[in-house]
Amino acid sequence: MTEPTVTRAGSTAPANPPEARVAAPLPAAQPALSPENAAIIQLTRKDFVSDQEVRWCPGCGDYSILAQTQKQMPDFGVPRENIVFISGIGCSGRLPYYMNTYGFHTIHGRAPTLATGLKAARPELMVWVITGDGDALSIGGNHILHSMRRNVDITLVMFNNRIYGLTKGQASPTSEFGKKTKSTPAGTVDTPIQPLTVALAAEASFVARSVDTHTEHLQQTLQRAGMHHGSTFVEVLQNCNIFNDGAWRDFTDREVREDRMLVLEHGKPMIFGKHRDKGIRLRGLHPEVVTIGQNGIAESDLLVHDEQSDEPYLALMLSRMFWPDYPVPVGVLRAVARPTHDQLIGQQISAAVTADGEGDLAAALASGETWTVE
Amino acid sequence: MTTTRETEPETQELERVTIRFAGDSGDGMQLTGTQFTRTAAVYGNDISTLPDYPAEIRAPAGSLPGVSGFQISFSSNEIHTPGDEPDVLVAMNPAALKTNVMDLPAGGALIVNSDAFTASNLSKAGYAANPLQDGSLKQYALFEIPISTLNERSLDGLDMTSKQKDLTKNFFALGIMFWLYGREMDATIRWINEKFGKRPVVAEANTRALKAGYAFGETTEIFHTHYRVAPAKLAPGTYRNITGNEATSLGMLAASKLAKRPLFYGSYPITPASDILHQLSGYKNFGVKTFQAEDEIAAIGAAIGAAYGGAMGLTASSGPGIALKSEALGLAVMVELPLVVIDVQRAGPSTGMPTKNEQSDLLQVMFGRNGDSPLPVIAPATPGECFDLAIEAWRIALKYVTPVVYMSDAFLATGAEPWLIPSLEDLPDISVQNWTEREGFHPYERDPRTLARKWAVPGTPGLEHRIGGLEKADVTGNVSYDPDNHHRMQLLRQAKVARIADDVAPLDVFGPDRGDLLILGWGSTYGAIRSAVERLHVDGRSVAHAHLRHLNPFPANTEKVLRSYRRVLIPEVNLGQLSMLIRSQFLIDAEGYNRVRGKPFTIAEIVAQAERIVGTTDAEHRS
Repeated sequence: MTEPTVTRAGSTAPANPPEARVAAPLPAAQPALSPENAAIIQLTRKDFVSDQEVRWCPGCGDYSILAQTQKQMPDFGVPRENIVFISGIGCSGRLPYYMNTYGFHTIHGRAPTLATGLKAARPELMVWVITGDGDALSIGGNHILHSMRRNVDITLVMFNNRIYGLTKGQASPTSEFGKKTKSTPAGTVDTPIQPLTVALAAEASFVARSVDTHTEHLQQTLQRAGMHHGSTFVEVLQNCNIFNDGAWRDFTDREVREDRMLVLEHGKPMIFGKHRDKGIRLRGLHPEVVTIGQNGIAESDLLVHDEQSDEPYLALMLSRMFWPDYPVPVGVLRAVARPTHDQLIGQQISAAVTADGEGDLAAALASGETWTVE
Repeated sequence: MTTTRETEPETQELERVTIRFAGDSGDGMQLTGTQFTRTAAVYGNDISTLPDYPAEIRAPAGSLPGVSGFQISFSSNEIHTPGDEPDVLVAMNPAALKTNVMDLPAGGALIVNSDAFTASNLSKAGYAANPLQDGSLKQYALFEIPISTLNERSLDGLDMTSKQKDLTKNFFALGIMFWLYGREMDATIRWINEKFGKRPVVAEANTRALKAGYAFGETTEIFHTHYRVAPAKLAPGTYRNITGNEATSLGMLAASKLAKRPLFYGSYPITPASDILHQLSGYKNFGVKTFQAEDEIAAIGAAIGAAYGGAMGLTASSGPGIALKSEALGLAVMVELPLVVIDVQRAGPSTGMPTKNEQSDLLQVMFGRNGDSPLPVIAPATPGECFDLAIEAWRIALKYVTPVVYMSDAFLATGAEPWLIPSLEDLPDISVQNWTEREGFHPYERDPRTLARKWAVPGTPGLEHRIGGLEKADVTGNVSYDPDNHHRMQLLRQAKVARIADDVAPLDVFGPDRGDLLILGWGSTYGAIRSAVERLHVDGRSVAHAHLRHLNPFPANTEKVLRSYRRVLIPEVNLGQLSMLIRSQFLIDAEGYNRVRGKPFTIAEIVAQAERIVGTTDAEHRS
């Protein structure tokens, strides 16, 4: 902890004392990664591959997520030693072992809590949380809510395969209603939850979705997510070819994806379809799928994506749109800047030091009334 | 009822006095007790206090469950307990009388607020007849004082409602006690002005109430005597009054300074541990980071995360919260990170009696995790000692790279005593270095002496590695399911904790170093046991006292000490948890003395229990 460390913004900050690290003024939006720094550090994907043998089932969607993550890491310009991957329990939980960074494979559902403490103690670190639909939304649901609302500066990636894979095939909180699994032979009676709706309701400052097999889009999404400062929730639709094969194939397969998915781009109208002729417009309070050129619909009638809106109405609406009623939105639903948890903690410490001076232990011990015995 | 004093009252010298203030939980009894405590402490008496309050913030006014009490014992000699029974009971209403009077010995002084003995209050307290009138209190020296009326009269002309005025009557009662025991009012008046500075009318009312109570004692002839308890002959130095929770917080703060690492405190509100969060959150200018988590699990999770980053990760709770933290505590055992978990115990099981005392989490913290999951456990014996043991917890955690459980309890946490303020030079250096050497780094390679693993923190170039809850391969720390490796790692984790036995202060004995009976205690039973043994020595009994601060591992000489006595008695406020550990570890026929009434032991209880055993021993000698 005594050597200087390079921050994500590229500046050099001493590792100790903590006051020095947190004394920075509080910008509304933090600077993102610096490409210059990336050029200086010059790491490649290979630098992020650990010496551990990857032990997911052959054909698992996790391989692709791992590969895209490793591929994306050099672009952040963060030295390996300042990156930490923290995971919970489940197939996704193994990812940190395969990253040649610092890593902590914790307990079921609790990864965000460890990440919160680590980030508060060491704001200069880049902290990733790797989780799954069961880990994040079932056993760890409470921690998702609170890490998101606090705007803890973590990049949380949730692998959603709508099943418990590591325990061999039970229903998860995202399993479709009526789904027959080992634990629900007559079909689940639980209504599934939409992860992105949860993240938005919990005040996450960055919310996005991508797909394991859409590698280019996944990489772009991870890049945006890693650059964001604040609570970042990325849902990756992932296939479990053993216990839930084809989890998302109805709309992610190559032949149908353009017609059944909506790729969001900030400031652009919501257009999709192989022929780029379909769009989303608002009808009353509901989204409606329309065809450009039919019934007098023009591109100007379509909703324009705004990921930066102060209030997340649009993002919430998008988070509720799902196949087969709607094309499934992917990309960044929401990206807003607000002070992060560690910044606010640091700011209070700086303010206290300014107001009261550096803490004096002897004075604290002798606080209150004292008397002397000769 | 009262007459104006025409003669000077006589002053009687007393060695020790115990007062209990009892009233409705809205009557400000804790405040009254605390103010008397400060005044007695600053005067130079040795003091010991026992706050006793209900879990409900405001139970129905006048009801039995709503009674709040505060007992203080102050003395011209060294004392260890808040007193077995009060010499004086101040009862602000019938419910307070009913729930406390049985503790007052015959001849004890009973001061009651006679205004509160209305038909309605008597009925709420379940009195069929007014005890002030039916002769049932004749064994006590009864002083009936219309405190509410007198107090309201003293506040004439202040812009307040009757109800607001009535809220100050505790200061009137305090004023009477100040006069009775010859105490100055200055410190309390200063405190009133600081506390209510922004509300001058309230400050004025409380000050007037206090002075009126004092004047009442002085000018009426209701009391014929007032008393003097001389200052105690304490060791030279500067003192302050301190509760266990205050000393714990200061100890954690000091440990951070001594270890040269920032303190991170993750916590979820729970009685009786919340005060630690309140206090530590006021140390921001020391760089202390406090985090009020969404639940107990997040609190320890965040502390482990901070510890992983190289900070001093600290969390606290009471029994129910410790249960929730168990899985994460097991993770800390597995990943071998320094962490301190404070357990301020309270009466269980389940929600139990949240504000009442018990020592019943010992086996939970020892064994309440899946797998063989050893960790060091320590426990302070007195409020002031909470400071030293907080530093000791961190010394062990950092040196052995291990989670440590620090066990306080409700009695220690809220009880107060004078505390000799230590000088910083006398405190130990407990700092350790993180591993930074790239050459041959393996995260689970161990120091051959302490068995501590090489602890490297994120941000250290070239030492990137992964840890987690899966079993580790010895040395490399890679995930391993190898059977022999698991066996080896289990033994290593056990040996690491066991070795600490040689690195802690030996178990120290008060009294004869061999003989008939050893009374072995831990935690907050210290005061009652020590006082009992002092009393037994006066009676010529061969009885010794040893008090464990280290519960896991026990100090290296523990068995030798225990085997030096014919009998071993273990008083505990639980159903025999330390007894079970001692019996199973040493095959010694220790006898438990177990009382779980939500209250600390009295001295008399322990004396009587010891007498029973020593009496039998005497009989054995004779036969």
